[in-house]
Formats: sequence, C-alpha cells, structure tokens
Amino acid sequence: MKHARIRFEGAVHQVLVEAQNAVRLADGRLLAEDQVEWLPPATGSMFALGLNYADHAAELAFTPPTEPLAFIKSRGTYTGHNQVTWRPDNVAYMHYECELVAVIGKPARNVKRADALDYLAGYTVCNDYAIRDYLENYYRPNLRVKNRDATTPVGPWIVDVADVPDPSNLKLRTWINGELRQEGSTKDMIFDIPYLIEYLSSFMTLQPGDMIATGTPEGLADVVPGDEVIVEVEGVGRLVNRIVSEAQFFSAGKEA
Amino acid sequence: MSRALHDVANGTLFGVALNYQGLLNQRIAEFEQAPYQKPPLKPVLFIKTPNTRNGHDGSVVQPTGERLQPGPALGVVIGKSASRVSVENAMAHVAGYTIVNEFSLPEDSYYRPAVKAKCRDGFCALGPELVGRDQIDNPNQLSLKLFVNGELRQQNSTANWVRDIPQLIAEISEFMTLHEGDVLITGTPEGRVDVQPGDTVEVEISGLGRLVNHIKAEELS
Repeated sequence: MKHARIRFEGAVHQVLVEAQNAVRLADGRLLAEDQVEWLPPATGSMFALGLNYADHAAELAFTPPTEPLAFIKSRGTYTGHNQVTWRPDNVAYMHYECELVAVIGKPARNVKRADALDYLAGYTVCNDYAIRDYLENYYRPNLRVKNRDATTPVGPWIVDVADVPDPSNLKLRTWINGELRQEGSTKDMIFDIPYLIEYLSSFMTLQPGDMIATGTPEGLADVVPGDEVIVEVEGVGRLVNRIVSEAQFFSAGKEA
Repeated sequence: MSRALHDVANGTLFGVALNYQGLLNQRIAEFEQAPYQKPPLKPVLFIKTPNTRNGHDGSVVQPTGERLQPGPALGVVIGKSASRVSVENAMAHVAGYTIVNEFSLPEDSYYRPAVKAKCRDGFCALGPELVGRDQIDNPNQLSLKLFVNGELRQQNSTANWVRDIPQLIAEISEFMTLHEGDVLITGTPEGRVDVQPGDTVEVEISGLGRLVNHIKAEELS
C-alpha cells in the first residue's frame, strides 16, 4: 500500500493512494491526483548520504568514502509532489539528485543489519537538489547548498516495505522536460539501507518519521526556471517538481 | 526544561560553529590550507536533531571510549517566522533567549558534517527557562561561564561573536526560513573542556540563570 499526506480544502489528511494516484480519505472520499496538494509524507530529520554511489563519487572527482558521509536536513527544506522549487538568481549550477529514501517507523538504537528492515515504515523518493555555487569546505555539503526552503521534494508517498521485495535492485531515473538525463541502479550503492541503519543507530536513536536519503548515481545536469524535473525510483514512486525563479517563488509568498 | 520553554522552543535546533573570534583565530592559518582552502565566507551551520534535546537537570551520557565536551552557548528562540529579513528587522523575530549546552565530541576537522560528534541522544540541553527578548538589554554583552563540579573551567563573552544575532538571522533567512519555535545556537567559544561520568556541568549566562546537567557513563546493554 501507498500512504500519503495531502492538504485538501485547508485540512491535512493521511490518505491511501489508489489507481491513477487517486487518494482515498479516511471518510471514504476519493480525490484525483491534481485535486489535492501533496505534502512530504514524512517530516522527521533526513540523513542524506553524500558520495554513496561509486560512479557519482568519480564524477565529482572524489575517492569513495570508507565510512558513510551523512548530512542532515530539517523539515523546512521538504516540499511535496507536484510542487515548485526555486533556483536562486545568479548561480551557475543547480542540479537534481534522484534518491531512494528509507523512512523509519519506530525508534532505532543499536540495530543490527539483519534486523534493520523491521525498523522501517517504508520507502519514498526524494530529489536532493544542490546549489553547487554555494559549496564551502566547512561541514561540506553545507546547509546553504542542501537545506534551502522548499528545495528537497519528497514523496509522493511512502510505500510499504513488503511491496519492495528487493530495494537493492531498483532503477533510478531522472527526466528534465521529458528527456531522460540520469539513470542508475540501487545495486551500485556503496552503503546499503541495512548498513546505514546499523551505522546511524550505533551512535544515536533514529526516530519514527526520520528518513535516510541514500545518495544518487552519476548523471547530474543543470536545471533552470521553467524546467519540469521528474525523479523516479522503480517500484517506489515518481516525484514531479517544477523549477521557478527566485522572484516567482518569493512573490508567491511560498514557504515550505 | 520548563514547561514554557518546552512549549515555545519546539522547532529545529540550528547551531552556528566558529562564531567566536577567538576560536576562529586559533584555526585561521589552518583554514587557508587544504581541505578548506579559505576561511568560511558564510555562517558555518549545523543541525542538532530532535533526539539531542535535553533539559535542565538532565543526564548526558558519555559514549564509551569517546571524549565528551560541553558547549556553552546562548540560544535564541524564534518567535515569528523569519524569511529574508534585514539586519534592522531581525530582532522583531526573536521571542527570547535560553541557555544551551551544546555537547559534542571534539572536532579535529570542520570539513565534513559533524553528525557523529553532535547528534547523539541528549547532546543538546536547553534551559532552565525562556527569558523574554525585552528582559535582556544587550545580548552582545553577556558573560558565559562553564563550571565543572563548581569549578570555573571556561568563560567568554558574547561581545566576541563573529556575527551577532541580527547578522545571523539576516544571513540564514536569506535561504531558509527560521520558523517560530526554532532555536539558533549562537556558538561555543574556544577552550572546550573534557568532562567525565559523575561530573556536574553548569552553564551560566548573565541574566539567564544556570543550566545544570549530570554526566553519566554509558550503560552496556
């Protein structure tokens, strides 16, 4: 099953997603995909992995890490399916990153790899946009690159663990304006989800609603206002986002 | 944590590193070298995840085999969401202040995010209470003192900030909204000390009281 969080007529609802992405409210009403505002399906901390695909590490001229490189995102940067993300004025390179996300379902501390999937609520997809112009070599990648308002689309939904029998063999794809620009497979991940849960929970308690964004393969490209960017993880979801200018975003008073 | 503080300061905990002139100056030569290449241009920020939240009189666990260091800091509690606010208008978005003890493992390097050093359970104590913005005349002239078992071990003044509160709010809110209830941890000065299980650690900031925490050994499961 697919579980989403949407806003409809001013109220937030937990819904089930049915055929054609129609959503079923708790009171039985069925609403079409474009009738509702899709919200991020989880809002905990996101532990995002850098350089977790060997090909992408090479693309960025880095040696693959021997220990996970994790950075943290907070809820203000999340936005939902079919929403907009802003490109700041006067930057040279803003790129998407298609990622499989594991969502934590219960508190996890000192969890072993073999038991890790028991702690998941399911999987979702994120687009971990980065503004490379703002990289500095302090806590890299820094919050100005990765924790900007409405710059991490997440969703559209959480799919149950049982519905994704092999998370380590899923195709990841990104399209810009309908053109396929990024293609990879979760089989090329350096640190897989069970490993990451064991690693993070070895020193802290992961909370329900926390997310682990597992990194992106090679194939990055610049995006500009007007672009429609779709990231898809096979068997998990297809997440649509549109790039707007800084002026468009802030004139709309839009806030994550 | 007092009820009032807990109710108001319920958002994201954002930390600012290297925000004391003395700490930055200690490392400035190193920051000209690889991997840094040049000193930081913008505020160096980190996030204390919600599992790090702790309160007045709470226990902090020293991870086995690691060095644990308290981090005395002034916490600024956001009262009104701040997106793209100017230096001049920034203080209107502040509800008040509290003391933060931003516990961390030692940071030899600032190159990568300090998740393992800073995001452990209970590593961010806040309290003892929320003090309203108007009750502090000048947040740029507050003395910070750290006591371990009653002995003064670290002291500094917010006069030595690299960036003051309005500058931080203006620069951060340019790219991310500081929401009502978020806490901005304005940095720990140079001279962090090690603490051990059994120690009582207190942070005192003028006008804000004293935040007390107790260091415990990790229990082996």
